[in-house]
Formats: sequence, C-alpha cells, structure tokens
Amino acid sequence: MMPELGKYAGAVLGSYAASIALIVVIVGWSLWRAAKVKRALAEVEARAATGTGASTTTGAGKHG
Amino acid sequence: MSFWEYANPQKFMQLSRKVMPWVAGASVLCLVGGLAWGFFGTPDDYKQGSTVKIIYLHVPAAMMAINAWVMMLVTSLVWLIRRHHVSALAAKAAAPVGLVFTLIALATGALWGQPMWGTWWAWDPRLTSFLILALFYLGYIALWQAVDDPDTAADLTGVLCIVGSVFALLSRYAVNFWNQGLHQGASLSLDKEENVADVFWFPLLVCIAGFVLLFLALVLLRTRTEIRARRMGALLARERMG
Amino acid sequence: MIALLVRDMRLAMRAGGGFGLGLAFFLLVAVLVPLGVGPNSTVLALIAPGILWVGALLACLLSLDRVFALDFEDGSLDLLVTAPIPLEGVVAIKALAHWTVTGLPLTIVAPVLGVLLNLPVDGYVWLVVSLALGTPALSVIGAFGAALTVGLKRGGLLLSLLVLPLYVPTLIFGAEVVKRGAEGMATGTPLALLAAITAGAAALLPFASAAAIRINLR
Repeated sequence: MMPELGKYAGAVLGSYAASIALIVVIVGWSLWRAAKVKRALAEVEARAATGTGASTTTGAGKHG
Repeated sequence: MSFWEYANPQKFMQLSRKVMPWVAGASVLCLVGGLAWGFFGTPDDYKQGSTVKIIYLHVPAAMMAINAWVMMLVTSLVWLIRRHHVSALAAKAAAPVGLVFTLIALATGALWGQPMWGTWWAWDPRLTSFLILALFYLGYIALWQAVDDPDTAADLTGVLCIVGSVFALLSRYAVNFWNQGLHQGASLSLDKEENVADVFWFPLLVCIAGFVLLFLALVLLRTRTEIRARRMGALLARERMG
Repeated sequence: MIALLVRDMRLAMRAGGGFGLGLAFFLLVAVLVPLGVGPNSTVLALIAPGILWVGALLACLLSLDRVFALDFEDGSLDLLVTAPIPLEGVVAIKALAHWTVTGLPLTIVAPVLGVLLNLPVDGYVWLVVSLALGTPALSVIGAFGAALTVGLKRGGLLLSLLVLPLYVPTLIFGAEVVKRGAEGMATGTPLALLAAITAGAAALLPFASAAAIRINLR
C-alpha cells in the first residue's frame, strides 16, 4: 500500500503533513468561528425579537 | 436577474447556503482523490525521486496564493466603486485563506528545496516573492484588525490592496532583477506545463481543482460568517441605542 | 503650500524628535553592525551597501508616524482637509518636508558612515546618488502608510508592517546601485529603475494617501 519513498521520505511526508495540518487549521478555525458567530447572532436576534417586537430587516448593511 | 443581485446580503446568504455544501463536498472529493492519486498512484521522477509528489501540494497552493490576492483586488475594487458590502467582506474573508496557501507554498517549497537544492531556503526569486507576498497578506489582515469602524476598515484595506498590488508586482520584478545570475537554474521547470509528463499532470489538475474549490468553499463560509458578524454588530448597536 | 512646507520643517526641527533621532539611529546601525559582524574589512565592504540602505530605510521609518499624527491630534489636519488647497498637494508637501528632515540629512551623512563600514572608494558617489534618488520614494510611500494609520491608537507597529513590504523594490534597486557601483560595474539600469519608482510613487501615491486621510477623517 505505502509507496516506496526512498531517501526522500522525510521531505515528502513532511510536506504532506505540514500542508494538511495548515489546511485543517484554517478550515477548523473558519468552521469554529462560523458556528460561534451564528450562535451569537441567533441569541441577539431572539433578544431583538422579544425585546422590541420589531423584526429587523436590514442585513449586513445598507446596500444599493 | 443581474449578477449584482447577489451583492444583496440576503440574496447572497440564500445562494451561498445552497451552493456551499456542494462546493465543499467537491473540494474534499478532489483534494482527497487528487492527493491520494498523486501520492499512491504516480511513479517517482527519474531525476527527483519521490520528491516529485510534493508538486501536488506546492503548485496548487502557490497558484491559489496569487489568485486569492487577485480576487481580493477585484472585490476591493468592486467595494470601492459600487459600495457592495458583501464584496468588501469577501475580500476580508479571503485574506487569511490566501495567507495559509502562501505558507503552504513556502513550507512545501522549503521541504522540497532541502533535498533538491541542498538547502531549506535559497533566496531564489520565486521564494523571495512569496515571502514578500506573505508580508503583504499580514499587513492587510493587520489593518482589518486594527480599524474599529467596519466601513472605514473596508475602505482603508481596499486602498491598501490596490497600492499593495502595484508594489507586489514591482517587488516581483525587482526580486527577479536582484537575483540575476546568482541562482541560475534554481527554479524548477516542472512548473511549466510542457515539462510535466501526463502521469504527473492529470493528478496535478485534480489537485488544482481541489484547491480552487477549497478556496471557494472557505471564502463562502467565511463571508457568511462576516455578514452575520456585521448584522450582529448592527443589532447590538441598535440595542444600545434603544 | 510653501508656508506649509516651512511650517512642517520648522516643527520637525523644533520638536527635536524626528530630525536628530533618525540621524542618530542611522549612525548607531552603522556602528553596531561591525560590532556584530566582526571587524573583517572585506566582509564589511561586501555588506556595506545593504547595511547603509537598510539603515536609511529604518531611520526613515522611525519618524513616519509623526507625519500626520501630530496634526491629527491638535485638529489642524481637519483644517487642512477643508483648506482651499488640494489634499493631494498637502500630502505631497508633507512627504517633501519629511524627506528634507530625514532623507536629505541621511544622504549627506551616508558617506561618513561608508568610511566606518569600509565601503570601496568607487561606491561613495553611487551611495549618495542612490540615496538622493531613492529616499524621496521612502518618504512618499511612508506618508501613504501614515495616512492609512492616522486615526489609530496603536498605529506605530502597524505602520511598519504596512510600509516595509512596500519598501522592497526601492531597497532592492537602491542597494543594487551601490553594490554595482562599488564593484565598478555599470549602474545605469538599477539607477533608472530606482528613479522610475521614485517618480511614479511621488506622482501617484499622494492621491491614495489623500483618499486614505479623507476616509480616516470621515
């Protein structure tokens, strides 16, 4: 199964390990932050809906 | 239905919610498939031995590191000219992803350079350019972090991105000039399409597709996060006022 | 505009900070490097062009945050924005004032430090020429960085992070001129490119800087 990497095994495996680790870090961080912000927004929106009764329609900004 | 409709945050959220799982799925498929094909299924190069397998990470990452900056430039211009918030936030979302791709390109380049050139780091024009590119990414991200008001931050980083693009290009040529005759032949001709045999080329294509899709998926995800964060900021501000 | 130039230069001289400090820093770099590298004169001669250029660049960086920050704090920047002269011109004048109190003295002092670093005789002319041509670009680019960070509390460190990558082409061509000059090679190409960068930056960057200031003062 494992291909014969010869004397360069360190470099090849190191590259794959480093790259995959970096990709995992950015993906994990993005997902974590997405989940955190989503949860926080839901909380704030629930509060806004119950607190004032007015549902807010303006999104991330005034565009146009 | 014009393209600009998707500059509306709500439209963008609807579309991206539908598209994102597919892009993410396809990117995982391409990345796993392409890397596995490259790693297990391709022979060693007669000159470079097994290190040729690094190409499946190095080249796509390097490509996307540059493309990410180009995308940031385009979205910054769209923001500065048409004032679409989604565009500015997409540029913000792309920067860390581009930085990570730059780091991957640098790390794999160093690991590849060690057995091939006998050194982890040579001040080869291409390596140096990427180091400078990483610095540009760092400055851009730092400026986003430093400015409190989101619209001001978007404007300032947009201006920085445009000026930075010009200087990044200048640096690229300056670095080429600077190292003339020192490391001749140091850069690998494998980057050029005609020099890669088909055995390496097809898995490489799949990996490039994988990296492109990964970038897209990450930018979509992170832009969605930024939009939510902006909306939350607006709601919180209203709460404080009311 | 000339009044503004005179005012800025007088302020820079009087405040004591920027003017003397940059020169002292430049001197210190030239003294510290041999202490770190060792007194081997061939090695020093080899690295002298680079050290002098990096030193000039850092010395220039040192006083950048003052270009707009002081005026921002006491409110005179707001007046300048609304003044009947174009903001682009104000930025260019401020960059010029910054250059006359940092870049120009650095250029004049550089040959003395070249002696300390054992710069080959052929290099002196090119050192002065390259600094004279290149340091204006450093000031103009620096003014752009200062304009971006003008309203920020922790602007100083960020300013260096933003400006240093932008300095790369100037540094490369500037040091290359001196290096080639010291080795007795032709210096035309890097010199022309250095001049092109300075001219281009001086012509275009004030617009970007002015835009950044307007954004920051909005």
